[in-house]
Amino acid sequence: MDATVIPPRTDIRGDLRRIADMVSTGARVLDVGCGDGALLDLLTREKGVDGRGMELGMDGVRECVSRGLSVIQGDADTDLKDYPSDAFDYVILSQTLQATRDPRGVLLQMLRIGRRVIVSFPNFGYWRVRLALLLTGRMPVTDRLGFQWWETPNIHFCTIADFTALCADLGGVTVERSAILDHAGRQLTSDATTWRANWSGEQGIFLLRRD
Amino acid sequence: MITPPAYTDSSGATAAPALGVLPGHRMVLGADRPMPLDGGGQLGPFTVAYQTYGTLNADKSNAVLVCHALTGDQYVADRHPITGKPGWWEMLVGPGKPVDTDRFFVICSNVIGGCMGSTGPHDVNPATGQPYAIDFPVITIGDMVRAQTLLIDALGIDQLFCVIGGSMGGMQVLQWAVSYPERVFAAVPIATAARHSAQNIAFHEVGRQAIMADPEWRDGAYQQAGTNPARGLAVARMAAHITYLSEAALHRKFGRNLQSRQAITFGFDADFQVESYLRYQGASFVDRFDANSYLYITRAMDYFDLAAEHGGQLAQAFRVGGKGTPVRFCLASFSSDWLFPTSESRAVVHALNAVAANVSFVEIETDKGHDAFLLDEPEFHQVMRGFINGCADHRGLKRRA
Repeated sequence: MDATVIPPRTDIRGDLRRIADMVSTGARVLDVGCGDGALLDLLTREKGVDGRGMELGMDGVRECVSRGLSVIQGDADTDLKDYPSDAFDYVILSQTLQATRDPRGVLLQMLRIGRRVIVSFPNFGYWRVRLALLLTGRMPVTDRLGFQWWETPNIHFCTIADFTALCADLGGVTVERSAILDHAGRQLTSDATTWRANWSGEQGIFLLRRD
Repeated sequence: MITPPAYTDSSGATAAPALGVLPGHRMVLGADRPMPLDGGGQLGPFTVAYQTYGTLNADKSNAVLVCHALTGDQYVADRHPITGKPGWWEMLVGPGKPVDTDRFFVICSNVIGGCMGSTGPHDVNPATGQPYAIDFPVITIGDMVRAQTLLIDALGIDQLFCVIGGSMGGMQVLQWAVSYPERVFAAVPIATAARHSAQNIAFHEVGRQAIMADPEWRDGAYQQAGTNPARGLAVARMAAHITYLSEAALHRKFGRNLQSRQAITFGFDADFQVESYLRYQGASFVDRFDANSYLYITRAMDYFDLAAEHGGQLAQAFRVGGKGTPVRFCLASFSSDWLFPTSESRAVVHALNAVAANVSFVEIETDKGHDAFLLDEPEFHQVMRGFINGCADHRGLKRRA
């Protein structure tokens, strides 16, 4: 690979752990883009949630259902409209926002389906990403953004500052909690509004509430 | 060339198969009160033939009802009494299998209108002393399921842990979940649809016309006449069998290979292996199936339309007391199934999502077409095992020791 490669994080479950901390026990949860079901599994075992999942990739869906999780094959961009309003306490979008065609539309659908929405995403304002682009002049390739530009499913990158601006723009949405994580998955700060958060955070996790 | 006698018999006057004495359980139902039918009228007393596997637990919470497809029967996991072949779903049902008979009490009954022991058109009409033939009332998937509820009542079971089936069996599963949501904990409709499509009705009509065009059919009264519309039924089976496969599977299996010959014969003999195979499928089918039953059961599938009973809104069918159905669903489809394509399963999933029901859905990649649900598809079986075990945990059923 020609582009700058950043070594992988050691704690891959750090972000999932932090998302689980934001979910109350016994809640009804929809995990959009649930992958192999690691988060749903964690939430079911430790929080006793009534969990459902939606995943685009059939491999992930089969893995989830084989593990006894309630998961369907579906596309966040097109299939969220089928769910009734207020069907869930939490709708989670973990590391998927940047892969949707219409991130704003997906967020609005999630806020309709659930009172609370948890979104985690890689921060394109992270200093290593900025430096990689600045110094090499090539699109950054990191463990979180591990694709070449021509093959990436991640088509709508944003920074933490971009995301907070979008939340403000949506109106009627409160950021209840946020967690800015460093390269090792440790929480740097819970204040997403600072310049430092947008520079040092490798990923952001936001708990949004519909007012 | 494989061409069994029933098909090649020049007289065509082979007797209808003797389907009278078959092993297994029988239950007479609707004796006190006849069972009402969707088409008006009623049926009773009538017989349901069924098989069971495993043991019903003390609180009767481990019963699994397996629903069979159009030409299936109750011999889901034991040797077929006529063909001698293994049970039609032994890959899925048995000791240690995804539907584990060491753990669950499995029931499989022959549908009413069928010809393997449950009351159907070949049985004697008590009113006339003659076989019903086409005086048998036209039945629906709803009627088949209503008969199953009477059987389950008679077995003393309030709620089935799971109802599972593919194709027409899947239609029954959906009907169970919609009509009796409180009596089903988990529903597994496989390779099925909430309504029979125009294309599927069209194929069924071809099959029925083939039967009725056979001079041996005698307006349905072939038993009285001592004839058997075996040719018509065989053609119906041949046409239907094509719809159970896929272009890719046919090509892989047969290609344009010739049957026991070096060159084409410039005639209408079965030059190609695929022709010989279809002839065999048709000819062997008539040994175990009744032509009038074929008419009645295909009709029941044609009439199936769950949304129609609920103002055309499928989601309404899954609403129970203003809320989403409490039944846990797992749907599965097969990528090369063009008879019940994935889009049909997805339509059911969308309707279930619209009421925020608990639903899982997988599409299995395979080139084996609709028949894949009966075949060796390890991924499918793994998904079934995972879903059923997960549901059993939620239901509080103990894991195997």
